[in-house]
Amino acid sequence: MSDQSQHGHSSSLTSYFAVWIALLAGTALTVVAAHINLGPFNAAVALIIATTKALLVALFFMHLKGASEKLLKLVVISTIAFLFILLVLSMADYGTRSWS
Amino acid sequence: MPDSSTALQTPTHGHADDPALLHHFAEPEQQRNAASLGMWIFLATEVMFFGGLFCAYLIYRLKYFGEFAAASQTLNWQLGTTNTAVLICSSLTVVLAIYGAQRSKRALMIGSLVLTIILGFAFLGIKADEYAEKFEKHHVPGPSFQFAEKIPGHPDQMADPNHAQIYFSLYFVMTGLHALHMIIGIGLFVWLLVAAVKRRFTPHYYTPLEMGGLYWHFVDIVWIYLFPLLYLIDLRK
Repeated sequence: MSDQSQHGHSSSLTSYFAVWIALLAGTALTVVAAHINLGPFNAAVALIIATTKALLVALFFMHLKGASEKLLKLVVISTIAFLFILLVLSMADYGTRSWS
Repeated sequence: MPDSSTALQTPTHGHADDPALLHHFAEPEQQRNAASLGMWIFLATEVMFFGGLFCAYLIYRLKYFGEFAAASQTLNWQLGTTNTAVLICSSLTVVLAIYGAQRSKRALMIGSLVLTIILGFAFLGIKADEYAEKFEKHHVPGPSFQFAEKIPGHPDQMADPNHAQIYFSLYFVMTGLHALHMIIGIGLFVWLLVAAVKRRFTPHYYTPLEMGGLYWHFVDIVWIYLFPLLYLIDLRK
């Protein structure tokens, strides 16, 4: 009960190194993708790769995967939700101001 | 960050069988969950803090895309890529330090903490080199700002220096704030290293390492977004 390693810390060295390799590969991929002309999709591809990398860090390095406390989940999910409100609603405004 | 430094000292009252357990917590798990929740709430405020800057960036990038692309291409994406790799490696050494603490592998824990600090300084060194280049090129916003580049994909059109200056203002505020977080992070890890050397962490108690790690990974995630947004705009054109 008092041993921290007994709850939610089943992460092995193998998974840490796999995530590390994936993060480095993602970095290489985003640089390669930036040098290919995808038109308007360049930004989307860059953001998708960045979000995938951020998720890998959060889930495996920050141990969100396997976290059981409901309060912690509430904090994380509401953080993302409020960030989306900030970004999406702001862009819904500025992005549609074709007159200015 | 919750005040975990007091947890490192042996309390004069409380749980005699577990010196790391503060007297107002019933059990170690409760204490650890409280620390973790506090850290994540702090990170939530950090997300909104950087979120405002990302929002400003998105609005101006949408408005002055040509200038943002032209200004972005004056950056050295090779150095940016190197710094991204440096931060990713430092995130790995952070999890290795915690892994070492969990399994009483003292050499792994201390070695990883030292590596994390070295990688942190490497990141700041590369960043300082990039900043120096901005000063040489007069790309620092202010009275001496100069920008005479063409808009990528439009060889006959010069970029508006005022709009490019907005890009560089955002560049310096966002990377500067990130660098400030790195400096604080390095300070935290020096403190964690000292605590580790003093044998304050055991497989039963290493919460400060975990909380410091959460902070370091968050700073890494911020850079993961900053890198493509600042360095890699429209490179093809």
